[in-house]
Amino acid sequence: MQDENARRVISVIVVNEASVLSRITDLFSGRGYNITSLTVAPIPNSKYSRLTIVTSGSVRVIEQITKQLHKLIPVLKVYEHADLVEKEMALVKFPVTENITDINTLCAAYNGRIVNVGENVIIVMVADEPKRVENFLNLIQRYNPKEIVRSGAVALER
Amino acid sequence: MQINGAQMVIEALIAEGVETVFGYPGGAIMNVYDEIYKQKTFKHILARHEQAAIHAAEGYSKASGKVGVAIITSGPGFTNAVTGLADAYMDSIPLVVISGQVPMSLIGTDAFQEIDAVGISRSCTKHNYLVTNAADLPRILKEAFYIASSGRPGPVHVDIPKDVTAQIAEFDYSIELDLETYKPHTKGNPRQIKKVMEAIANARRPLFYLGGGIINSNASYEVRELVKKTGIPAVETFMARGVLSHDDELLISMLGMHGSYAANMAMSETDLVIALGARFDDRVTGKLSEFAKNAGVVHVDIDPASISKLVNADYPIVGDIKNVVCEMLEQSTVIKAEKYEPWRKTIRSFDELHPLAYHDDTGNIKPQWVIQRVGQLLGDSANISTDVGQHQMWSAQFYPFSRPRQFISSGGLGTMGFGFPAAIGVKAASPEKISINFTGDGSILMNCQELMTAVEQKLPVINIILNNNYLGMVRQWQTLFYDKRYSETDLSVQPDFVKLAEAFGGIGYRVKTKEEFDAALKDAIEKNIVAFIDVAVERLEDVMPMVPSGGSLYNMMLLEKKEKK
Repeated sequence: MQDENARRVISVIVVNEASVLSRITDLFSGRGYNITSLTVAPIPNSKYSRLTIVTSGSVRVIEQITKQLHKLIPVLKVYEHADLVEKEMALVKFPVTENITDINTLCAAYNGRIVNVGENVIIVMVADEPKRVENFLNLIQRYNPKEIVRSGAVALER
Repeated sequence: MQINGAQMVIEALIAEGVETVFGYPGGAIMNVYDEIYKQKTFKHILARHEQAAIHAAEGYSKASGKVGVAIITSGPGFTNAVTGLADAYMDSIPLVVISGQVPMSLIGTDAFQEIDAVGISRSCTKHNYLVTNAADLPRILKEAFYIASSGRPGPVHVDIPKDVTAQIAEFDYSIELDLETYKPHTKGNPRQIKKVMEAIANARRPLFYLGGGIINSNASYEVRELVKKTGIPAVETFMARGVLSHDDELLISMLGMHGSYAANMAMSETDLVIALGARFDDRVTGKLSEFAKNAGVVHVDIDPASISKLVNADYPIVGDIKNVVCEMLEQSTVIKAEKYEPWRKTIRSFDELHPLAYHDDTGNIKPQWVIQRVGQLLGDSANISTDVGQHQMWSAQFYPFSRPRQFISSGGLGTMGFGFPAAIGVKAASPEKISINFTGDGSILMNCQELMTAVEQKLPVINIILNNNYLGMVRQWQTLFYDKRYSETDLSVQPDFVKLAEAFGGIGYRVKTKEEFDAALKDAIEKNIVAFIDVAVERLEDVMPMVPSGGSLYNMMLLEKKEKK
């Protein structure tokens, strides 16, 4: 038995047209499904966009989400991923007074680096699997991060 | 040819073969109305409220099988229409609803009569469009008609800003549609159908569970043949009334909350449910975990999302009912009708134990009697619309339906005020039939302004008001589950329905006896104008039997048995 509220990643290929994103998000809110994260960007050289939605639910709920997404007219394809490569990015702002060497070393361990140095703050980025990004964000708590932004996951089937 | 957006709307409607349009003009849609004025190809029926215009288009569509069309203005015109859109969405009725919008330059400025119409209609339409360029109109309108009527049908909303209706662009309606992302699956998988036929042949107590999708697919006569050939008993949902004829020996009755004892017991005892175009609605299934507990489930539906949504299907088939049923008919030789005789006998014994009935034993007219009586007198020659409430359930229980598209009612959304305008649309679609609307003293007031439409258009709908001075269905629940605390359901303060009808130029009758009812109905049919027949019925009559909300189908509240005197 799979966990009733297991995390799932769904990719949706949609026609890149006005209000298509609202159609997707309305479907989730209207039917009481969760969105943990959602990313969207146009697919190069096509009229389509690709959404990556991280959600949670039982097998039956995910099956319904997939079918309901498919029912939307501008939706071309829906993939519910089983075997996938998943990445997420995070940007974090620290005061320059923190231990920058430590922070830099931590970033390197999570595919990241310092991307901006200002008078009072530095900004770092990391790009890794969502779970590892989570770990990173826990680890850096001691360096008093001022602001954190996560991109949400993107995924490709292996 | 180069024409403006408003003319494109007219040309598209003509190209789609639209004969009747329902609507209500207003500022943002005036260019379109100007073109309606200039044309003579289709008829425009002016409703007296936008909600009613949509319900009339629904009634028209349900009776004719065609796409219903309504045209309305922006802002309040559109918001009034939302209930109609939601109703059509829940009952899968193909509509194209065209609304005006403020000019493009004013969108987003809180302009007069501006509302984000597509934002609102998104969740209650199959699809919607905001047209931003007249050049897109031919394609969008063509797509709208195609999407509304194909696959699982539904309403499509097209919102057109006023300046777009004035813009001139090329109109070519012969364009081929290229809907790469929308391809309804209509043909059932033949191997899966074969497996289903084997499963049916192996079952001992199979049961057809017939839904409204059969009517949408125009497959009723094929289903009748399949039922007859296989000898398998059938239950109908509320939406499927008329798929089988009332006198079909294999039709048990309607199932569900107010279904018959036999229908619900059959569903509880079956070992194989064969669902055709039905969606396992909560009003049908009662407590899901107890529904058809020991049965395998065959589920045929054109909408993949309906399959295994609530009840897991052992044999899912995505496809158009007509195609699938025709295929099943071809393979039906594997099924031996005699095998199910013991099962049919069991069902007959259920029906003998607790038949669908009522006690006609008080001095007052019983509401069920009125429906039965109209059935006796008019039968097949009438189309029956209803509003929502007790009268609606009694109509579904007691009217002898003999054909599909005879019964027109708001099933999924349960919209009070649906019946009268729908019956106007029904009459416009099939003028040769008598159009009856069974209604209640609550529902009728929700769209009684349509008396004016019916008088003006000479669409003589006969409204039979089963008047118990209560909001009856809510009152029934208050009696049964709220210790008789009749909160806001006593409707003793009422208009004079006779005068109300007369004030609009219709005719009214007040009826207290069976004889008076017969005379009033006869007179209304002869006079051939819109009528209100206000029938004083037994006040506290309940719809029985009943499965209490969330209960199991086999656990019904039954009509009290009375000893014969």
